[in-house]
Amino acid sequence: MAVISYREALRAAMREELKRDENVVIMGEEVAQFNGAYKVTEGLLKEFGPKRIVDTPISEAGFIGLGIGASMLGIRPVMELMFWSFSYVAFDQVVNNAGNIRYMSGGLINCPIVIRGPANGGTNVGATHSHTPEAILASHPGIKVVCPATPYDAKGLMKAAIRDNDPVYVMENTILYNDKGEVPDDDYIVPIGVADIKREGTDLTIVAHGRAVITSLKAAEILEKEHGVSVEVVDLRSIRPLDEETIIASVRKTHRALLVEENKPFCGVDAQIAYLIQSRAFDELDAPIGRVSSIDAPQMYSKKMEDLQLPYPARVVAAALKVLA
Amino acid sequence: MAKNAVITHPESLKRPAGPSEYAKDPANASLTKADKIALYTKMARVRHFEQRCIRIYQQGKIGGFLHLYVGQEAVAAGTISLLGKFDHLITGYRDHAHGLLVGMSMKECMAELTGKVTGCSKGKGGSMHYFAPDKNYWGGHGIVGGQVPLGTGLAYAVKYRGQKGSCLTFMGDGAINQGAVHEAYNLAALWDLPVIFVIENNGYSMGTSQERSTAHPGCLAKRAEGYNMTWDVVNGHDVYEVRAKTAIALKRAHEESKPTVLEIFTYRYFGHSMSDPDKTYRDKEEVKGYRETKDPVFLFEKELLDEGVLTKALVESINAAAMEEADAAAVFADESPEPTVADITKHIYWEEDNRGPKTTSRGTIIFE
Repeated sequence: MAVISYREALRAAMREELKRDENVVIMGEEVAQFNGAYKVTEGLLKEFGPKRIVDTPISEAGFIGLGIGASMLGIRPVMELMFWSFSYVAFDQVVNNAGNIRYMSGGLINCPIVIRGPANGGTNVGATHSHTPEAILASHPGIKVVCPATPYDAKGLMKAAIRDNDPVYVMENTILYNDKGEVPDDDYIVPIGVADIKREGTDLTIVAHGRAVITSLKAAEILEKEHGVSVEVVDLRSIRPLDEETIIASVRKTHRALLVEENKPFCGVDAQIAYLIQSRAFDELDAPIGRVSSIDAPQMYSKKMEDLQLPYPARVVAAALKVLA
Repeated sequence: MAKNAVITHPESLKRPAGPSEYAKDPANASLTKADKIALYTKMARVRHFEQRCIRIYQQGKIGGFLHLYVGQEAVAAGTISLLGKFDHLITGYRDHAHGLLVGMSMKECMAELTGKVTGCSKGKGGSMHYFAPDKNYWGGHGIVGGQVPLGTGLAYAVKYRGQKGSCLTFMGDGAINQGAVHEAYNLAALWDLPVIFVIENNGYSMGTSQERSTAHPGCLAKRAEGYNMTWDVVNGHDVYEVRAKTAIALKRAHEESKPTVLEIFTYRYFGHSMSDPDKTYRDKEEVKGYRETKDPVFLFEKELLDEGVLTKALVESINAAAMEEADAAAVFADESPEPTVADITKHIYWEEDNRGPKTTSRGTIIFE
């Protein structure tokens, strides 16, 4: 098993799927000649040529819509958004068309499209480039949303997304692109909708997704070393579908829950999970559910403040101790 | 500096309607007597279906919006009559005619309007969302201009597969100011996609005339020049002219893989939708003028009577049969069962509807 980066894992997934299925096409701004704005698609043009790896103009509504139309005829486009923030100029296509076509046609038409790209704050680029729309998009039935936190999950989820017959939106994170981890060289998928226990524990359950998983694992370390607390970290991996059973099983074991995400608090993913836990495991809880989100403001530009706006280990530790008190 | 002539309408529309100068165009000369009768029959069926819809709407059996095609029949009939195996089509919300013309039944179309489970979209789409992908018809889309990138993508897929095909991408004149349309134009021209953008210009985007909505002077098709695309203007009251000019665009798509913009001038007799009282933006005389002098069904009928293809008796029997078919569809729509509450959560995800060894997703996907 090779140790590769999150970025290389995504690329490996795309390369393998491009080889496996001639209907797979990579499309987006700067994905081909420029080798990718974040180098995720580096080398693919050279390997697969311009028919399979297609540079688009800066025209998200146009090219995402084009990808949706092509997917209706059985092409499997993997569309890169340079930032998920740019999906907002293509919202009608991303939500109304991709998300509704199967339903409104009574099941006659499928939309096997993948839209992928980074969705994160913390890179000092200001509010318009730092959106995390997983909760917004997952609130639409018809759409699937996944948020890999590790190289292993990035490859496995990307491959599953490309093979999926429904629209799957893969939210990556530029801060994770260089993170390294063990990734099998051979073919595997991570089924969409299966959470992963990234760390086992007995005193507190932390539920997180995306980079918040990494933050939570760091916090768990501190909690164990400095406070003698055993923390279980549940990585959702997929927002919709959602692995409710793994969350509930963990809460039944620890009886305390802290929800950590990089979204803003209002109607974040955690709002749904808090509802789930209270509805299915109310009597199991020994304390109110805790929560750490980004501080509720548009994403701050100033680097030091932005780092404090997002969840960071010390904030997670403080919130955990409150739930444990 | 010499000013370019501002083209506003096709030449044939500037003269009083008479025998079509396109009757002997190659696209039409090849039509047999039976083909012509079939084309007329299709136009008559569209008209009678739509007129039957008005009654059902007035009986309160059709919810939501109902956008009628009466007056525009030659546009869809002419263009669609030319399509082959690898030619696809997609349109906006005035979509009933396109469905009937690709071969959808009046029954499934009418039952969709009344929200029945026997409807073409099982009661999940309604008037604006007819689909028949088995007949290359990809809808039926409610958001103005939103279908235009999709049509461009269908054409992209046809080209990707190396098929000699195209996608007729219909839109109204109101769509021309949507950004998505211009983005699709650019992609179609940039990538040489076999798409034909058909602007069905009925003069009004809902209640706003072209003069009040569109800065560009003259015809809307001319904007194609900004994207280095070929364009033409078409008299949409003459089905022969529609066929002749669409055939050229199809040839360009099939043989050169190049896009075309066709602006087809037409007119709708009823309001934007049934909820439009049609009193604020045009006068009754204007509608009357079109009905009396430019009606596409009657003009084609006259043409074929003069050609000796149709007889008065045949016209009567064709129309009577179409009316009877529409009546039967109305009864079918009436008597069909409603969807059930359990149907609400079907057809959302392919995976949920096809659980088996091939499906890999797990977890909760439909929430309480």
